[in-house]
Amino acid sequence: MYVAVKGGDAAISAAHAWLGQRRRGDEALPELSADQIDEQLGLAVDRVMAEGSCHDRGLAALAIKQARGDLIEAAFLLRAYRNTLSRFAACEPIDTGAMRVQRRISATYKDLPGGQVLGPTFDYTHRLLDFALAAEGVPPPEPEEAEAAEGTMPRVTELLAREGLMARDMPGGDEAPPDLTREPLPFPTPRPLRLQSLARGDEGFLLGLGYSTQRGYGNAHPFVAELRMGEVEVFLAPSELGFAISIGDIAVTECQMVNQFAGSAQNPPQFTRGYGLAMGHGERRAMSMALVDRALMSKEMGEEATAPAQDAEFVLLHADNVEATGFVEHLKLPHHVDFQSELEKLRSIRARWQADREAAPVQEAAE
Amino acid sequence: MNAITPRNAPENAYNFAYLDEATKRMIRRAILKAIAIPGHQIPFGAREMPLPYGWGTGGIQVTAAILGPRDVLKVIDQGADDTTNAVSIRRFFARVANVQTTTRTGEATIIQTRHRIPERPLTEGQVMVFQVPMPEPLFRLEPRLAETRRLHALGDYSLAQVKLYEDIAKQGESGSSYNHPVMVGGRYLMSPSPIPGFDNPKLHNSPALMLFGAGREKKIYAVPPYTTVESLDFEDHPFRPVRAPQRCSACGSATSYLDEIIADDKGGRIFVCSDTDHCAETQGL
Amino acid sequence: MKPAFNDPVFGAQETFRALMDAMARPGRLQRCDTLPDLPEALAPAAAAALLALADAETPVWTDATGEAREWIAFHTGAPLVAEAGKAQFLLATGAMPRLSTLDPGTDETPQDSATLILQLEALNEDAGWRLTGPGIEHEHRLAASGLPENFAAQWAANRKGFPCGVDLVLCAGARLAALPRTTLIEEAR
Repeated sequence: MYVAVKGGDAAISAAHAWLGQRRRGDEALPELSADQIDEQLGLAVDRVMAEGSCHDRGLAALAIKQARGDLIEAAFLLRAYRNTLSRFAACEPIDTGAMRVQRRISATYKDLPGGQVLGPTFDYTHRLLDFALAAEGVPPPEPEEAEAAEGTMPRVTELLAREGLMARDMPGGDEAPPDLTREPLPFPTPRPLRLQSLARGDEGFLLGLGYSTQRGYGNAHPFVAELRMGEVEVFLAPSELGFAISIGDIAVTECQMVNQFAGSAQNPPQFTRGYGLAMGHGERRAMSMALVDRALMSKEMGEEATAPAQDAEFVLLHADNVEATGFVEHLKLPHHVDFQSELEKLRSIRARWQADREAAPVQEAAE
Repeated sequence: MNAITPRNAPENAYNFAYLDEATKRMIRRAILKAIAIPGHQIPFGAREMPLPYGWGTGGIQVTAAILGPRDVLKVIDQGADDTTNAVSIRRFFARVANVQTTTRTGEATIIQTRHRIPERPLTEGQVMVFQVPMPEPLFRLEPRLAETRRLHALGDYSLAQVKLYEDIAKQGESGSSYNHPVMVGGRYLMSPSPIPGFDNPKLHNSPALMLFGAGREKKIYAVPPYTTVESLDFEDHPFRPVRAPQRCSACGSATSYLDEIIADDKGGRIFVCSDTDHCAETQGL
Repeated sequence: MKPAFNDPVFGAQETFRALMDAMARPGRLQRCDTLPDLPEALAPAAAAALLALADAETPVWTDATGEAREWIAFHTGAPLVAEAGKAQFLLATGAMPRLSTLDPGTDETPQDSATLILQLEALNEDAGWRLTGPGIEHEHRLAASGLPENFAAQWAANRKGFPCGVDLVLCAGARLAALPRTTLIEEAR
């Protein structure tokens, strides 16, 4: 007699114990601390914060450690945690114009008020494996201290807008913006929700889509008007207080991408902008997001929308890597009930096919 | 006040049944409207759960929103209580809601399921919660949600009918063996979730309330008790529920839905009940 | 201020299950006694139904005044609206607002329709209307006193708009029954 397979409970416990051991690795080596991850793998922390929709370096570092360095898994851990937190209030919009800039570049002007600030970047590094890093305990050379830039750094797009060459974004009203994490995405999707969705979308997916707009899938002629990274202050205005108080600083990366617009009956030819914002230092993400944001405006601009990056339903419903990884990976769950019905179906269809062939052999021979 | 979230669950870092009260209220509102509009998909603000999308987050959120201390919960996957995902979800609720669990269909007040409806007839005191991967029955024919929403509003299901017609013309029968769409209350075309067609008739006029949760796709829908549920078909090609024509090698049942198990590498196969509780009950275990 | 649920988690859950069972089995009476101590103008089932479903995200309309109105505003945290047609949930302690003035939703979003909670004098399930429709095997009986005279005509018009339409929760004391938009009401012969 057949005895059914049992022991799911024991198997799960044993698998999780093994996973824990794998995470720790060779115990002869010192254990990695969340602080070390935060300090030395900071860009991984930035990505996990962005895709996890939660600005908390410590938690993101912990998630990376727990996920054995799988950044999508880490983003998922952070999101599941974030989801259990109570929402007390919504902060005021951050002012990236008042950013304490660590990096700020414009590709559209050689020089501009506030100057070009290269900052900590991989740009212009030679991608040669640095074997000195394999040896531990060698401190990196101190960077030369430059003079802090005086005054504010006006946004490049604002300079263009003053001349009427750049379409201004409509300022938001007093209404609280919709929140992607509370309500399902509606279609058509208003831009605030599109931006929220892109801001936590998978970096690889955004990169691929952004890239496709440069290769002719979507009519893009982009320029980086400005890319800036640094710290901004976050303000909260509790209703009982009546004024805003600062609750801390966060690092963000912002990209404004300029694109030409041919004009329409109502609007003169002018530049338009795609916008990208990433928590932490995430230039690739912010730039890709800006390209896709602009592509998604095509319908509103009355442009022809034929490329994948211009299709809001396609882009927004497939950008979320926590959703995507869940659904792709769920295929490894048992499906034998469905498969069984497919087996019976296929057997039945094959039997009919066979019977039809046998019933009509003459005709076949005559052909 | 409603805004206060008590943390009085056994795992006291989280609220009873994991979700916070505001989220439960949002889901509960969706459930009531789903019952009032049988078969219509209600969008809801699905949250990230501590289990991955695709593992049953929709079903888990529905269960968490309805579950109370007096409930007895049964969780099955592929009909079985002991498949790893069923074990994992049952563990989750035992941990965050300290709820009584069972493998006996007859004892359960809530049955969360992936891909099956139990063999034992359900009763009025029971609620079925289905985990749904793709709630939109038309998605293979029209992937755009804005468009399918319009088609549902118009009750225009010609896409599905044409597809069924083509299947029959080409291969003599419907192409879908599981997740075969149903008409609910004569109005809405609905995905029954990927249950085998064999289970479709169990949805029709069931004494139990049927709730469907799709977490990743953020939809909830329902079939109230005693509601007509008809598998999409044509009069001259009526829907035909299919099972393997064998008997269960464990309990001998000739009527239950069977899993086919490869016994050796010489083509040997045996068949056993997919519903493990039903099989045990038939064996008198 | 009179209190809300003794236990916010389980009070809300128990109330919701009564509502869910009521909506799934139209006309069947459910008991809901989760709010024993209330402002005088509010009855336990009606107040509990509103408290279990409404919050800051749902505009509420009510004809309740004074202490009862304050209780609703404070414990639900819901924005109170003056116009019945703008409300997602309504609690009528007196005359029933005309169903045709409430939000029926749209063909694409019939779930956006209003839910009207009515606080009535009495409910009885072995006499009165004959109810049929989804959730009902053969027929359910329900007698409700305190409804407007033309209720049957209003309900018939509401039902005709399916999938749009208003859903009702009828309450009396600690008892409640629901009438989803799908239920066919025939007057007792």
